[in-house]
Amino acid sequence: MQEQQPQEVENIVIRFSGDSGDGMQLTGGQFSATSALMGNDISTFPDFPAEIRAPQGTVAGISGFQINFGATEINTPGDQPDILVAMNPAALKANIEDLKRGGVIIANEDAFTSANFKKAGLEDNPLEWKKLESYEVIKVPITSQTKEALSELDLDTKSKTRCKNFYALGMTYFMYHRELEPTIRWIEHKFKGKQTLIDANITALKAGYNFADTIELTGHRYRVKPATIEKGTYRQINGNTATAWGFIWAAENAGLNLFLGSYPITPASDVLHELSKHKNHGVMTFQAEDEIAAVCSSIGASFGGALGITTSSGPGIALKSEAINLAVMLELPLVIVDIQRGGPSTGLPTKTEQSDLNMAMYGRNGESPMVVLAAKSPSDCFTMAFEAARLTLEHMTPVMLLTDGFIANGSEPWKIPDVREEFATIKTKLVTADDYKDKEFFPYDRDPETLVRNWAIPGTPELMHRVGGLEKEDRTGNVSYDPANHELMVHTRQAKVDKIADHIPAQEVLGDTQGDLLVVSWGGTYGATYQAVNQVRANGAKVSLMHMRYLNPMPRNVSDILSGFKKIVVAELNNGQLKGLLNSRFNCNAKGYNKVQGKPFMIRELTQMIEKELEDL
Amino acid sequence: MTDTKKLTKKDFSSDQEIKWCPGCGDYAILSAAQMAMAQIGKEPSQVAVVSGIGCSSRFPYYMSTYGMHSIHGRAPAFATGLKLQNPDLSVWMITGDGDGLSIGGNHLAHIIRRNVNINIILFNNEIYGLTKGQYSPTSQKGLNTKSTPYGSVDRPFSPLKFALGAGSTFFARTMDTDPKHMIEVFKAADAHEGCSVIEVYQNCVIFNDKVHDQFTNRKTREDNTVRLVAGSPMVFGSKKDKGIKLKDFSLVAQEFEDESELVVHDPSKPSLAHMLSEMTDVVPMGILNHRVGDSVYDRDVHSQMKDVLSQKEKGKIEDLLYTGDVWEV
Repeated sequence: MQEQQPQEVENIVIRFSGDSGDGMQLTGGQFSATSALMGNDISTFPDFPAEIRAPQGTVAGISGFQINFGATEINTPGDQPDILVAMNPAALKANIEDLKRGGVIIANEDAFTSANFKKAGLEDNPLEWKKLESYEVIKVPITSQTKEALSELDLDTKSKTRCKNFYALGMTYFMYHRELEPTIRWIEHKFKGKQTLIDANITALKAGYNFADTIELTGHRYRVKPATIEKGTYRQINGNTATAWGFIWAAENAGLNLFLGSYPITPASDVLHELSKHKNHGVMTFQAEDEIAAVCSSIGASFGGALGITTSSGPGIALKSEAINLAVMLELPLVIVDIQRGGPSTGLPTKTEQSDLNMAMYGRNGESPMVVLAAKSPSDCFTMAFEAARLTLEHMTPVMLLTDGFIANGSEPWKIPDVREEFATIKTKLVTADDYKDKEFFPYDRDPETLVRNWAIPGTPELMHRVGGLEKEDRTGNVSYDPANHELMVHTRQAKVDKIADHIPAQEVLGDTQGDLLVVSWGGTYGATYQAVNQVRANGAKVSLMHMRYLNPMPRNVSDILSGFKKIVVAELNNGQLKGLLNSRFNCNAKGYNKVQGKPFMIRELTQMIEKELEDL
Repeated sequence: MTDTKKLTKKDFSSDQEIKWCPGCGDYAILSAAQMAMAQIGKEPSQVAVVSGIGCSSRFPYYMSTYGMHSIHGRAPAFATGLKLQNPDLSVWMITGDGDGLSIGGNHLAHIIRRNVNINIILFNNEIYGLTKGQYSPTSQKGLNTKSTPYGSVDRPFSPLKFALGAGSTFFARTMDTDPKHMIEVFKAADAHEGCSVIEVYQNCVIFNDKVHDQFTNRKTREDNTVRLVAGSPMVFGSKKDKGIKLKDFSLVAQEFEDESELVVHDPSKPSLAHMLSEMTDVVPMGILNHRVGDSVYDRDVHSQMKDVLSQKEKGKIEDLLYTGDVWEV
């Protein structure tokens, strides 16, 4: 029999969905890694509940992982999946509305039992729903097939059943021409020393692959060619790892120890996990007793000469605000990373949002200016973590770096930068007694140009001084309640932060710098806004994108860019926080396009918005 | 030049005007700490004093060392970060009963639990001074204050019990009216490798005057306190005719005929420290609890770092960037 030639397509979006305990994150991760290694551009979106193991079979317990892989540039995990792997009825119920009409559903038939319908809150078998006629449904008894394939192995039934995700993965590998080798290598490494588990998972993977071949899923076979991307050495990276590495690089670059004080919180804990592995890079991690102690320990370490950083998410940042304010007052280096999630309060711990910008800007008592940066993609977290460290060390004031759950957990291929070439050397403000041979040392003496003070660390002979949260006298740093001095210090701290605008890159614009419509976005929504603006521009529309990563201070040319357009729309995953900031600062009459669902933007909702705004011009 | 010079109290005094109330017990504590540090002999540049918020927490401004006046209750966390980054530094922390046991109770518990090698001086005056006279977590039940006009109904905290509960390895008690005793205790605390807590009975002349009077004034303190000496029987009283005996699992203060009737102090025994923490009529002074050989947090953190470095090479960022699967395009 002649093998049917697979269809070539530009990109495919696949979503794996199952119980929290079904290993969907792992399955998705393997599919992504293999696709990246095969040269596709990819973007991923892990989406899971806050509960570790919500009741089995329920919609609440559904964990999903979506991957968009393509032969062209990929910037988002895709609006709608082309294929859904549903490990149980709840997964089908939860995801069916998202699936592209005519898409493929692979359903684990074994899990479609009346007991599971009940758990999923279903009255009947969803596989028999009439609306499924618009899709191609492939029913496969994944659980029993997996058990059957592993019948020879000396392993309990429960452990055999747990291999079913690899069976499902094997099927999709056949359908999309994926190589098995990278996953086999991963299994061998992961279960090193446990030969039975290695055999079981590899057997399940191959059994799924062969099953798809046997049942002639060839009609569903697609090939996605490697993407034509810039030459170089690539790796896969997620945002939290990139953030951790960006700080390691900054500390190495500046010749300092890196000190992380942190307290576990979703979705930030992975930065703590990653950094705790790298003691041989001079990284010290301190899991503190709470969020407050976490930031305070970092400030203490920073006082002692380390690059002090703290990582958290919204509720944790709220707890840290008094200490962050002390760092503003002391004028010490400190980077605070807020990996944003849905709020207010505990909110949506595992879902993404951009609603902490106002807190970053204003969430402290007194006149307390904060440098605020935002990373635009998983790999950009590396660059922006470095930037945050550079600015805090060179300007002696705290910097808040905003990322979000979407880019923190999402991953993409990354052209490994030539760090020695592409990043400048960080010049710290460290001083010793030798710097004061000819002049008296005052802890709050400033560089007249940048208004930055020097950094004399405890243990340095002759430069003893006291720092504190009380208002300090200009130059000497002694406690002062003098009214004019207080005003001077408030203005000085503000001016010091404002002057950082001279030390950041100019704002870039995608498209022309003048036109009908300017879409403004910031942080983790870049993939979607970039694609949407590009798509509409391809039809000749006069729309441009200003995607911001430096939010305070803003690049000096932002004002000019804003004035070049008839209409400005700020698209953000909140109620209009950047819009408010731009309007109050530039009086630019920007409109908002907002979404607060704990989900990232879809490209098509943005293109529709842009088209409508252009029509209404 | 400085290595040959003998350090004096003056070497540890800053040029700042001291702004505590006239008659405040803090002056004596500051002076004793400066004298103790001069005797310990570390250069002021090798010493850092970290405090929280409150009257006592203004302390760093009056020292010529490095210092940080931080935020309310959080001094233990700042001190921990500083000590981890700079383990050779002699780090002293200043706190009070409100700062340390109320708003900062969590952090105080954890720095003691971790046994970070710093010295903590806890000024206990059983009142909030800087906020002008509210009851504190160590105030006696029934105390009339601005926030308790009908008397406090809170049960007070015992700093010693708190510290023991957190696994303290060094706890001493002293008083602002006895500089010699303070200096001795401060020096012993500094010599201990681990987290040393020193509770100082301190008098607030404005809001809680004479709260510790029976234990601290020269006329009555001999009869109301026991000066503990490791290895010696617990004798006290102006005539040295009273001592501490063990009765019904409790320590009781009584007259004695022969020293063999008395308990011999052994600060290495936590069970004895727990019994000492129950004594309120006659109060034990000195080193109540002193255990050596426990793990010390900052030391262990650094030895773990060294272990890792002895197994792996000093890392470069490229080592990370190129780990795992990489591919060429």
